[in-house]
Amino acid sequence: MNRQVSATLSGQLRLQLKGITKQYPGCLANDQVDLEIAAGEIHALLGENGAGKSTLMKMIYGVTKPDAGEIIWQGSRVEIKDPSMARKMGIGMVFQHFSLFETLTVTENIALALGDEAGDLQLLAKKISTVSKQYGMELNPDRHIHSLSVGERQRVEIVRCLVQDIKLLILDEPTSVLTPQEVETLFVTLRQLATDGCSILFISHKLKEVQALCHNATILRGGKVTGDCVPAEAGATKMAQLMVGVDTPISSNYPKATGTEVFLAVQDLTNSSEDPFGTSLKKVNFSVRRGEILGIAGVAGNGQEELLAALSGEHLLDSSDPVKFAGLGVGLLDPRKRRELGLGFVPEERLGRGAVPEMSLVENTLLTGFLQGLLNFGFINQPKTEQFSQRIIDDYKVKTPNNRTAAQSLSGGNLQKFIIGREILQNPQLLVAAHPTWGVDIGAATAIHKALIELRDKGAAILVVSEDIDELFLISDRLCAICDGEISPAKATLETSIEEVGRWMTGVFEPTESAVSEQLDAALNTRSIN
Amino acid sequence: MFLKLEPRGEASRAMSYLSPLLAGLLTLLSGGIFFVFLGHDPIDALRIFLVAPVEDLYGFAELCVKAAPIMLCAIGLAVAFKAQVWNIGAEGQLLIGGLAASAVALQLLEVESFWALPLVLLSGMLGGGLWGLLAAWLRNRFNANEILTTIMFNYIALYLLLYFVHGSFKDPDGYGFPASAIFADSSLLPILIEDTRMHIGILFALLAVVIIWVMLSRSFIGFQIKVLGLDSNAAKLAGFKHKRLVAVVMIISGALAGLAGAGEGAGPLEQLVPSISPGYGYAAIIVAFLGRLHPVGIFFASLLMALIYLGGELAQIELNLPLAVTSLFQGMLLFYLLACDVFINFKVKFNRPQISATLENS
Repeated sequence: MNRQVSATLSGQLRLQLKGITKQYPGCLANDQVDLEIAAGEIHALLGENGAGKSTLMKMIYGVTKPDAGEIIWQGSRVEIKDPSMARKMGIGMVFQHFSLFETLTVTENIALALGDEAGDLQLLAKKISTVSKQYGMELNPDRHIHSLSVGERQRVEIVRCLVQDIKLLILDEPTSVLTPQEVETLFVTLRQLATDGCSILFISHKLKEVQALCHNATILRGGKVTGDCVPAEAGATKMAQLMVGVDTPISSNYPKATGTEVFLAVQDLTNSSEDPFGTSLKKVNFSVRRGEILGIAGVAGNGQEELLAALSGEHLLDSSDPVKFAGLGVGLLDPRKRRELGLGFVPEERLGRGAVPEMSLVENTLLTGFLQGLLNFGFINQPKTEQFSQRIIDDYKVKTPNNRTAAQSLSGGNLQKFIIGREILQNPQLLVAAHPTWGVDIGAATAIHKALIELRDKGAAILVVSEDIDELFLISDRLCAICDGEISPAKATLETSIEEVGRWMTGVFEPTESAVSEQLDAALNTRSIN
Repeated sequence: MFLKLEPRGEASRAMSYLSPLLAGLLTLLSGGIFFVFLGHDPIDALRIFLVAPVEDLYGFAELCVKAAPIMLCAIGLAVAFKAQVWNIGAEGQLLIGGLAASAVALQLLEVESFWALPLVLLSGMLGGGLWGLLAAWLRNRFNANEILTTIMFNYIALYLLLYFVHGSFKDPDGYGFPASAIFADSSLLPILIEDTRMHIGILFALLAVVIIWVMLSRSFIGFQIKVLGLDSNAAKLAGFKHKRLVAVVMIISGALAGLAGAGEGAGPLEQLVPSISPGYGYAAIIVAFLGRLHPVGIFFASLLMALIYLGGELAQIELNLPLAVTSLFQGMLLFYLLACDVFINFKVKFNRPQISATLENS
């Protein structure tokens, strides 16, 4: 309905793509893609990872050039040579990964991006504060980037586009780094921008957001347009099927479990980060029972990496007690010894940590599976290793030519299925999974969720750390959130809400008991000193 | 037209094998041109340089004498390089190996026992291995870059050797020459072919190549070494012990270089001299890369490198060229190899000048 309003108001198309085709070696990234965006329209580009969304927007922004097809900008045919030309035409883009210099201020960063057009820095700073106020995303131009939250950094990127005369704003998965509350604020800004006549191309794979925000949607699958729709009217199921195809099972509901005795107990885990820009853990307390999944929500960079490294044994603690497996302190044990005690671990980076890119799947099976009787007096038992790798491939439906294929030539989803399968088939008593379905298509994500639930029902304790709040609600039995190195108390998933978890993610929660006693101690200490 | 290097999507397998051959060919070509400028017939000069040295059995035996230490050093370096531990110190490890072996051999001048030779060789391996371990310890303990430390250790090793050859190891009956006494027969490597200098050192080298091959392809420690080199984060997550692996590869490559040094003293030289190595340890770096860090490749590359050493000596005699010709050929080979290796990950693209794109306003 909004579409008609804005389209009739402006009366013309801002951007039109006709038959855009882009061929990469071994992959047709875009195949005859058509797309139309009117002035003042918020248009969604929906699709799974690898559907060709990024390629398409890179061509609009002049990063790459189409092999065939036409780009029509405000009624005339153009060839967009490079991003600076796109910027001059009024196209702005906010990438998923920000390109900001941590040690420079907001103004300096924006001036760098604008180049010669930046002009006088003080004038620019003024412009930044007016523009940011106008659109309800206040920014102090003199702050340094490293002192800003992720949400604020995104604002810097958006404001960078707005200080120029902008006609089309492209946002690549902008909500993946935000808390639910920040997402709402962003949407308010975007709606206001659209009312002022700016077109917005919103790239996402989250249906709910597209339904809440966008006037129109174009859906891509395998580089082809599979449909156009008005998200508010089309059902979520219909859009999902356009995204993944009719035959792919889409996520279902899983019964919740309560678990039995505690397997993983984390008590007063305090750990300073090795990374100067990292987040130190402060008095972290939680536990995971056998037969349950505990989900930890949180925006990236709030101490997840440090927590995971402390659990895997990559970062050894000063004492053994803060982390216990079935009552046994493991804080001083290396990763191998923890595996011997029943730990399975799925890291965030599947290529380059979970699997060695250049090595075959057989070799990658051995990487963490070597404790499963794959060795003979220090030599590799080749037949057994191959058997085990084949079992992973068969049981977890990993799409690969054979088990000699290098890990790097598998798609993200397939490799993730392989890694999850490798860890689960070792029958772990505790599985720690970081972002298990990040960047994975819906089909593979469903398979991974099912595998996790199955493992839970067999009595394993499972800890899932994820930024995807919908996923956590889907599979977790209990939930908590991490913010700035602190962890909220956990609640049963059925007794909490997205809003509450969202508040936890911003650090609004009752401190746990030990943290309270700590504060008391501190207060007493200061008094005695005085 | 402009030439442009464009990254390949995937490393070219064919190119990674072709590159050493291409480098060899370009080295020959440049060598030929170089001979022309020196006023020699290029074909004839190259024949003297590369074919004449191995035309007879004696030449073949000499080839093996030269190839043995190169092969030992190179196969050891390959193990370290696989783990991304950049041991540039094979030369120093070789020298210390020779020094340690000589120290033992000089104690056994009067001994006629079967055990004399194994003792001499083992002390060479021990010396080289410990010399390598020193660099590993500095890296593990102080995060000292092993490239720098191993290079510096090469000089320390050289001056230690000179100190002893000019000092306490000098033969009192040697008319003041800086050289040790000739070792006892029981401390010398047996000769394989009568009337040549070919000794069983080449068998040790071949054995080392086979053992390292098996270790890298079949053993779990070899697997860990490879994982460490390819992806140290994965190694860490899997619980492989980083520091221990660094120490292990440095001991292995140091010990093999040390064996090479011991084999020189107890082999063709029969004594300790200041010039125990004409840069075998450095040449082995080129050999390891020329052979793609693979045992079979290293086998052939070692023979080629040995041939260049022999050719350099012969060119000195027959063409009156300075011995630097050897270093020149080694340098060209490495240079061309590195240049050709670019094509493993990049391809050349011819770029026609572009018609500047325009906004076509209708």
